[in-house]
Amino acid sequence: MFAIFTKLADWLAYDLFGLSPDTRLGEAVHFFIEDTTKIFFLLALIVFAIGFFRALLTPERVRKVVAGRPRYVSYPMAVGLGAVTPFCSCSSVPLFIGFLEARIPLGVTMAFLIASPMINEVAVVVLAATIGWKYAMLYVVAGLTVGIVGGLIIEALKLEKWVEDYVWKIKMGEAALQKANTSFKARIDYAMEQVKDIMGRIWIYVLVGIAIGALLHGFVPESFFLKYASADNPFAVPAAVLTGIPLYSNATGVVPIVEALLAKGVPLGTVLALMMSVAAISLPEMIILRKVLKPQLIATFTGILFVAFITVGYLFNALTV
Amino acid sequence: MKTFKVLGSGCKNCANTADLIALKAKAAGVEVEIIKITDMGEIMGYGVMSTPGVVIDEALVHAGGMPSPAQVEDWVKA
Repeated sequence: MFAIFTKLADWLAYDLFGLSPDTRLGEAVHFFIEDTTKIFFLLALIVFAIGFFRALLTPERVRKVVAGRPRYVSYPMAVGLGAVTPFCSCSSVPLFIGFLEARIPLGVTMAFLIASPMINEVAVVVLAATIGWKYAMLYVVAGLTVGIVGGLIIEALKLEKWVEDYVWKIKMGEAALQKANTSFKARIDYAMEQVKDIMGRIWIYVLVGIAIGALLHGFVPESFFLKYASADNPFAVPAAVLTGIPLYSNATGVVPIVEALLAKGVPLGTVLALMMSVAAISLPEMIILRKVLKPQLIATFTGILFVAFITVGYLFNALTV
Repeated sequence: MKTFKVLGSGCKNCANTADLIALKAKAAGVEVEIIKITDMGEIMGYGVMSTPGVVIDEALVHAGGMPSPAQVEDWVKA
């Protein structure tokens, strides 16, 4: 199904530019062309489709459905909806306050915030298209589990005291938004707007991700990864997670790097742990959350995720050997 | 005169939204007042969780992203 992108890259890189598939530059350029065309095509297609069917939920609606549910329902719901609800990280603060205001437990709220950047439908489809459905599903299951476990731990530790005091005082008004226009034309317009908005926001992360993937693919020899990142090296997983923590990228942007690393023989667990850590925690995100969370809670939150991602990494490496 | 409030804690899209309203109002020759609301308590008071949001004369009309140019034109002219 995606062979057309390989053929396009073959033609552009080898025929038009006259590069040889046996050279490093040839391999890198081929990777770059194939992934750029494939990922941006998929990105536009999926965002458009979701926009058209309005399957997307707004955070306001999620708040309504999750509020007041028992925990065995609210936790799975929070991570599941977190994965499919698009929201920009600049909305993390109002979202956080809105959830707590609806008396959604802190743990459930954190579970939502953990899962949301880590998993989204675009990243999952692109991941499946590059490394296969099996691995993509493993990533989703691991991500949802990390969200639930992270939330449960935060709840068990009773960390409400580390939420900024003003948060508890905010009263939310009732939103009375106009009904969405559901005519065919309005749906098309809306879907187009979504494509423009989301593409405009994440294209740079995706492009940078593809460029890094292409460089790894073309210029870093397999022996380098065998030496430093094999499953025999117990430090490879923690190192991958540590590298990913301060870095920020949209989950979709990490996929080309995942693809290149797997092709070089880096074990699955190490690669998925890196992807989770890049997508889920980042410095900018922590700075935004600092408005509602005291430093102790940010540190605990980061610590829990650090341990969780390392566990995922080791577990998958052990399972796939 | 209509009063537009742009709700948002200072992200890029919020500033863009305010600019877009000013631009469309000027193009339509309509005088409007545009106020940027950055206080979280006040934003949440409108029931908005995803920013930017737009409030016209105290009624919430939009939330969760940049409004489209056509939409803004309608607001300014209505």
